Amino acid sequence: MNVPMPPANGGCRSAPVLKERGQREVFCGLTGIIWLHRKMQDAFFLVVGSRTCAHLLQSAAGVMIFAEPRFGTAILEESDLAGLADAHEELDREVARLLERRPDIRQLFLVGSCPSEVIKIDLSRAAERLSQVHAPHVRVLNYSGSGIETTFTQGEDACLASMVPVLKDTADRELLIVGALPDVVEDQMMGLLADLGIGPVRLLPARRIDDTTAVGPNTVFALTQPFLGDTHAALERRGARHIAAPFPFGDEGTTAWLRAIATEFGVNEATFEAVTAAPRARARKAIAQASEALRGKSVFFFPDSQLEIPLARFLTRECGMTAVEVGSPYIHDALHGPDLDLLPAGPQISEGQDVDKQLERARAARPDLTVCGLGLANPLEAEGLSTKWAIELVFTPVHFYEQAGDLAGLFSRPLHRKSVLQLEAAE
Amino acid sequence: MKLTVWTYEGPPHVGAMRVATAMKGLHYVLHAPQGDTYADLLFTMIERRNHRPPVTYTTFQARDLGSDTATLFKQSCQEAVDRFDPRAIIVGASCTAELIQDDPAGLAETMGLSIPVIPLELPSYQRKENFGADETFYQIVKHLARPQDRSARVTCNILGPTALGFRHRDDVEEITGLLSDLGIDVNVVAPLGATPADIALLPAAHFNVLLSPETGESAARWLEKTHSQPFTKIVPIGVGATRDFIAEVATITGLPCKPDESRLRMPWWSRSVDSTYLTGKRVFIFGDGTHVAAHARIARDEMGFEVVGIGCYNREMARPIRALAKEYGVEALISDDYLEVEQTIEALSPEMILGTQMERHIGKRLGIPCAVISAPVHVQDYPARYSPQVGFEGANVIFDTLIHPLVMGLEEHLLTMFRDDFEFHDDAGPSHHGGKAKAKVEEVVDDTPQHSGDNIIWLGDAEKELKKIPFFVRGKARRNTETYAAQMGLNQISLDTLYEAKAHYAR
Repeated sequence: MNVPMPPANGGCRSAPVLKERGQREVFCGLTGIIWLHRKMQDAFFLVVGSRTCAHLLQSAAGVMIFAEPRFGTAILEESDLAGLADAHEELDREVARLLERRPDIRQLFLVGSCPSEVIKIDLSRAAERLSQVHAPHVRVLNYSGSGIETTFTQGEDACLASMVPVLKDTADRELLIVGALPDVVEDQMMGLLADLGIGPVRLLPARRIDDTTAVGPNTVFALTQPFLGDTHAALERRGARHIAAPFPFGDEGTTAWLRAIATEFGVNEATFEAVTAAPRARARKAIAQASEALRGKSVFFFPDSQLEIPLARFLTRECGMTAVEVGSPYIHDALHGPDLDLLPAGPQISEGQDVDKQLERARAARPDLTVCGLGLANPLEAEGLSTKWAIELVFTPVHFYEQAGDLAGLFSRPLHRKSVLQLEAAE
Repeated sequence: MKLTVWTYEGPPHVGAMRVATAMKGLHYVLHAPQGDTYADLLFTMIERRNHRPPVTYTTFQARDLGSDTATLFKQSCQEAVDRFDPRAIIVGASCTAELIQDDPAGLAETMGLSIPVIPLELPSYQRKENFGADETFYQIVKHLARPQDRSARVTCNILGPTALGFRHRDDVEEITGLLSDLGIDVNVVAPLGATPADIALLPAAHFNVLLSPETGESAARWLEKTHSQPFTKIVPIGVGATRDFIAEVATITGLPCKPDESRLRMPWWSRSVDSTYLTGKRVFIFGDGTHVAAHARIARDEMGFEVVGIGCYNREMARPIRALAKEYGVEALISDDYLEVEQTIEALSPEMILGTQMERHIGKRLGIPCAVISAPVHVQDYPARYSPQVGFEGANVIFDTLIHPLVMGLEEHLLTMFRDDFEFHDDAGPSHHGGKAKAKVEEVVDDTPQHSGDNIIWLGDAEKELKKIPFFVRGKARRNTETYAAQMGLNQISLDTLYEAKAHYAR
């Protein structure tokens, strides 16, 4: 009972994947800083990069809400490009100045960018050096969010992967939940796991550095986000074991995800039912209401966040939509496989992007809803296609039961809006 | 290396994009890694453009660096020409591509394309967005403008308006109308709306109107030197500046230039008694040099404000802004360091800021009203309505813009009179702005005990959960949950009730 049924016509796990490379209309991994710095409240993200990086960070999310956010860019100047020894001295100076002004900072991430990678500034050496200087108060780590290596949400993956080697050791059997979630969603999840009697539960990323996240050979871990491939590999290197499951979007995804963990921890069926029955019923009810406008409609995903496959599974199985194309920047079988198994065969699965060719396919298919980045949304609307900005799916609380209706609502809103606007000239 | 929190200007290749996006029939082939495509959304989201910018990004990745990024560039360039069929292309590199030194210009030249190829050298680690736009437009004009006879009638070109410019769309319309009023036709507007063929025709005009010095001055200087076209030095923003601009045009053309001022309402609006309360308001002015200079004059001479400080973020304008500051007896702040601007404003504690989107945030934090007068701006500063800054209608628009963040004269009087009234307290803010006053009401709701009016009790968990909801929707969530509980005949609200209600109202 409650085990999701594979589709009658087979899933998409073995479907041929259209692999394309060309112009990619996606963000680079630096963008992840925008939600990571809110999640880790004692962390500062220092990008070592160019004016372009700084401009991206403020443009991409329009997040100029904070007078002094916990991220910034050390902008490379002509003089830094001349000699690398200088660049390290300059970096030490900027970091010292920053930490002096912000004594609340306990973890500092040096974030590599395209220019810093190309001129080969060794940020791991810098992080090691700066850690020694500023220990024990501040821990300095590094990762790359550069566009030549990472696509959008891979920035969070690189960040979390950089934390794995410094996590404390533990021999205890613990559940580690991996992936940044909004606090309200994380609390709901912890509530569900506690009610199932599963514990201790640790979080990566933890909200603060002093929290007790640890890892070891008896750790089992579950991912809440489908873009954490490197973190997955880093945790396995520390001896932890992954609990593979569909991602917790919608009623079905959340139930399958919880069930995989419950099974691992030997939770009995009665307890599982008792804990999940009420929220599941609520999720179903909310989805039913919010997805009315979606039933029978077609959807086309441009690659953006790697959330595309689990979301296509949700939209097709729980909201009655048909997927035309499901594009993902990268497809990782160990992570996306369980969702691909459940996604009914039919859609073109594509990996990577050649944006002009993909736009031609979207125009030919004329889907009822196109999920794409901000650079494409208005141009496609102007061509008469309804669009959903993909970035909202990353920034909005959408995981687990209580958000399932909101998730469906994000997709139905553009269609609903189209139906209420009466802007054409009267006949 | 310099630590930057927020930037006033993007990198120079974004300036080049502003020119390319403004024009028609021009394509920009940009050697750039994945991620630089973020710049498209500046145009499609902030400016609400309904087309993608005409930019092809080569999108090289780490694995390409060891092999052949030059071939990748040539491929992208050829595909862009085949697909978009432009009349000319500009080619260049973003900051990362500059480091790998593929020489896009040289590569494009060897391709034997049948259209003009205009190479751009935009030093990403020294210069910024305005320079990029100015230099790009200059290179386009230099490559494409053709010597030719002057037009029979007195005509001018309008130089400088770009995509993502501050009110450039409406400024072009307003100044075209003003010039027409003076008996002068517009030959070409560029870059906004111009094709490469239009650029060739620039030398037919008798003179140039430099509408936006930040983005058009190099081209104007080159046209003056090479094609003997004088250009106007006054940007007609404000009543006085518009009249001076008209006099300048009269001098250049020898025409009588008698404008129709019947639509100019600003001087009377400023003299009328409700404006009494504007007198001596202490203002701080910050933005690009052109708009700051114009607004300093408007603030002091046309609004009756007291100017307590001015500054600009573009170093190219440092000299004129310093000179102007001396004339106004204040310090000039020449800086693109947001934190320094904030500190200066905090120290001067003006009653109002005339600034950019960035100063709007500073104002929000310090509780100082702010009117936006210059780029960089946000989506709300691309209005649907006609809203120019230049000319007589521009002066009317600016009057409205400057008083909008303030409490109106009569209202200010009433606020003082009813100072002790709970609704009229000092922090209530202007009556035509909802935000602040509402926030206060919400806070009051938060402090009430857990019993609601209908004797429904919020249990601890539910109350805690409610507090996690953003304040601006919390009131609605509370009301909905209570209504739902009442309908269900419940007298306690638990965590489950809260989410039952949420599901009930989900849409």
